[in-house]
Amino acid sequence: MRPRSGSPLVIGLLPLAFLAAFFVYPLAALFVEGFRFGPDEIGGVFSRSRFWRTAWFTVWQAVVSTAVTLLISLPLSAVVGRYRFRGRSVLLALVTVPFVLPTVVVASAFLASLERLGLADRFGNSAAVIIAAHVFFNVAVVVRTVGGYWRGLDDRPEQAARVLGAGPIAAFRHVTLPRLRPAILAATSIILLFTMTSFGVVLLLGGPRRGTLETEIYRFALNRTDFGTAAVLAIVQLVAVLGLLVVNSWLARRLTQRERRGATARPRPRGRQWLGIAAAVVPVMVFLTVPMSALVERSFRSGGSYSWANYRALTDRPPLLPVDGVTALSNSVRFAVAAMAIAVGVGVAASVVIASSSRAAHLRPSRAERAMGWVLDVGLLLPLGTSAVTLGFGFLVALDEPVDLRPTWIIIALAQSLIGVPFVVRAVVPVLRSIDGHVREAAAALGASPSVVRREIELPMARSAIGVGAVFAFAVALGEFGATSFVGRSPDRMTVPLAIGQLLGQPGQQLRGQAMALSTILMVATIVVIMIIDRNDRAGVL
Amino acid sequence: MTGAGLAVREATVRFGPTEALSDLSVSVAPGEIVAVVGPSGCGKSTLLRCIAGLQPLDRGSVLWDGVDLAMVPTHRRDIGLMFQDHALFEHRSVRDNVGFGLKMRGRKAAERDRRIDELLELVGLGGFGNRAIPSLSGGEAQRVALARALAPSPRVLLLDEPLGSLDRARREHLVGEIRSVLREVGQTALHVTHDQDEAFAVADRIAVMRSGTIERIGTPERVWHDPGTAFVAEFLGHNVISTPEGPAAVPADAYRLVPTNGLEPGPPAVVFDVRFRGDHTVVTVDTAEGERVRLRTGEPTSLRPGDAVGVEIDPERVTPLGEDPNPA
Repeated sequence: MRPRSGSPLVIGLLPLAFLAAFFVYPLAALFVEGFRFGPDEIGGVFSRSRFWRTAWFTVWQAVVSTAVTLLISLPLSAVVGRYRFRGRSVLLALVTVPFVLPTVVVASAFLASLERLGLADRFGNSAAVIIAAHVFFNVAVVVRTVGGYWRGLDDRPEQAARVLGAGPIAAFRHVTLPRLRPAILAATSIILLFTMTSFGVVLLLGGPRRGTLETEIYRFALNRTDFGTAAVLAIVQLVAVLGLLVVNSWLARRLTQRERRGATARPRPRGRQWLGIAAAVVPVMVFLTVPMSALVERSFRSGGSYSWANYRALTDRPPLLPVDGVTALSNSVRFAVAAMAIAVGVGVAASVVIASSSRAAHLRPSRAERAMGWVLDVGLLLPLGTSAVTLGFGFLVALDEPVDLRPTWIIIALAQSLIGVPFVVRAVVPVLRSIDGHVREAAAALGASPSVVRREIELPMARSAIGVGAVFAFAVALGEFGATSFVGRSPDRMTVPLAIGQLLGQPGQQLRGQAMALSTILMVATIVVIMIIDRNDRAGVL
Repeated sequence: MTGAGLAVREATVRFGPTEALSDLSVSVAPGEIVAVVGPSGCGKSTLLRCIAGLQPLDRGSVLWDGVDLAMVPTHRRDIGLMFQDHALFEHRSVRDNVGFGLKMRGRKAAERDRRIDELLELVGLGGFGNRAIPSLSGGEAQRVALARALAPSPRVLLLDEPLGSLDRARREHLVGEIRSVLREVGQTALHVTHDQDEAFAVADRIAVMRSGTIERIGTPERVWHDPGTAFVAEFLGHNVISTPEGPAAVPADAYRLVPTNGLEPGPPAVVFDVRFRGDHTVVTVDTAEGERVRLRTGEPTSLRPGDAVGVEIDPERVTPLGEDPNPA
């Protein structure tokens, strides 16, 4: 009977082509670029001490960042998972903000706080500040993954252990902790992935002499235009990231397979429990709010007094920068809107295919449909795990053929949308899957053809999820730094994150003030976006 | 069997090694209501899905007025379908739900509005048009589902356990209502249920299914009084006893309990269990013949387990059973 127009196989062609042209092809081109080097030259890359220093720092800072994050976030996860209290959702929202802040904003915030606390001389360009910034935006990963999982756990095994004679600590060690393990491992592997591929924070806070694989790819490709070395480094990074992604998806599957149901009502804390909660919450909250407040404070400080001067200066073009701040803002919004449109188109089409390919066997998705669903499901998540720098570099190397996209601004929107698509898919697929089969069948019986069912029933029901995915894609595009650094190099395409990066790289109090003003604007925009998402997010994308 | 209306002929559906339907045939005449009953897993929902075109047949055919529907997809079959879980479109109002089928058939807005009001009136929900689906109670949702299925005047209405999610009192009430609504519009319908009371209350004919085939079909009276096989008799709650002529069915209310005075020729029966059921009492006794039978009495009883009691059968109501066509 199939495929007809409107069948999943036809719909899947769009996201499949997108994935092939803008993910597989650029990465393949990187491989070609890397292997254009002879064995000697490749060996040369690995024999440099700079390579090993970089690789060591990449791994070292990632492991330390992850360990510190776990250490301060697990008590917070316990609070979120075990108790019900006023302010719990505020706490969760506050933890989430740093996670979604663009990396350049995080870098600005840490520079502002070092300056404010008078620590700039001691900790400027240090590994410590990079690690602190990584902890800052990864607390949310632990609290949301582990705390959320904890909250969903059934209490009765612990109660059974207590009845059998285990004290609270023994019950925690022997029953709760083993049950939490999949969530803790999943959070750990995600944070390792994020910190290994972190770019903006390392570039802007680490100074010229400190580098990870990410910043080295950037420096070799753009500062030295040594594409060969950069490509070899990118391949190393890709292989490492792929390994982590495999581990991560395996852990994520275990997380959903395990016991979950039977969420017990959580008690309100009493008496001394409040003390413990305060001890877990307050230091972390201080740590998370100080950089953000320091950023806002710095953005209003200009020449020793507070004023709107830094914001007003955004209309003038600063020396050494190709455009003024307002132009950068309007560029950013334009690219982000285009990226959002692409991400929604591709993401919704992919979601339809993924959702229908995983339906029950009697609804008979064909083997080809299942295969396509799987490819899209896995394939569209990959760009999220792949480092932005690698993607941007791939775009730069590959997209001059067959059509040279590099001179057009569409290439920026494409790069940014690649990272937005997974959010759309994650928001929409669960909603489409949750639509009861009987609803579809009832619509068919009433005379709706499959494509009408999709248009009249499925998509309207998924409307709010599509909105959430779209807003998320917009936010991601707005703050994107790594990939845009490669494709947004011409003056008329400067975005806010690129402008902030350049301003921070220049000496001078006034330029720094402008960077802080732009960062604050970006931060406020991000917070607004989170609030919109938080209200409508049923699938739990955030 | 080829005639007006719906006919299923020698339908077979396999799920892996098991046959959900095996060579099943049934027909529904225009305006007739047929109820399909049977234990869960007997294939009754599969039968419905085949008629709706949601489940392809491995063999056999579904016909309408003698025309094979194999190549007609669900949305062109002109059927109504009503599920236990309502399957209403939650993002649309009551009006839009009821009007959906009409819109799919390209009816004009004015005509749709008239028909929607008519249907809502018919199911007792006049004025509910602008309500949101999540605000409806279970019974109301079920009526909206009925109105939605009936609105385009489908050739045949298929009901899949339509009342399974409701409590008993509401179910009995709605069964009566569904029957009168279907009668009023002369709707041809196939009603699948595991609840025989519901089937008896609604149907012109009853089909008892067992592992993929129809074991007995006929008017409620006929199936009740002449169940034909031990399986059907037991499904209806009759006792199956052995007589010199072979097995026979005896309805639970065909017995009479009589006090024993010890002078009867044979040994008396012994009470095994007594269950008070409100308007009647079910007494289970072990008879002298070594059979355990359930009997039903409308009179109050002071019997207790272990009591000896005499049991009389109304001989008129002992129905011989045929050979079991597919022994378990």
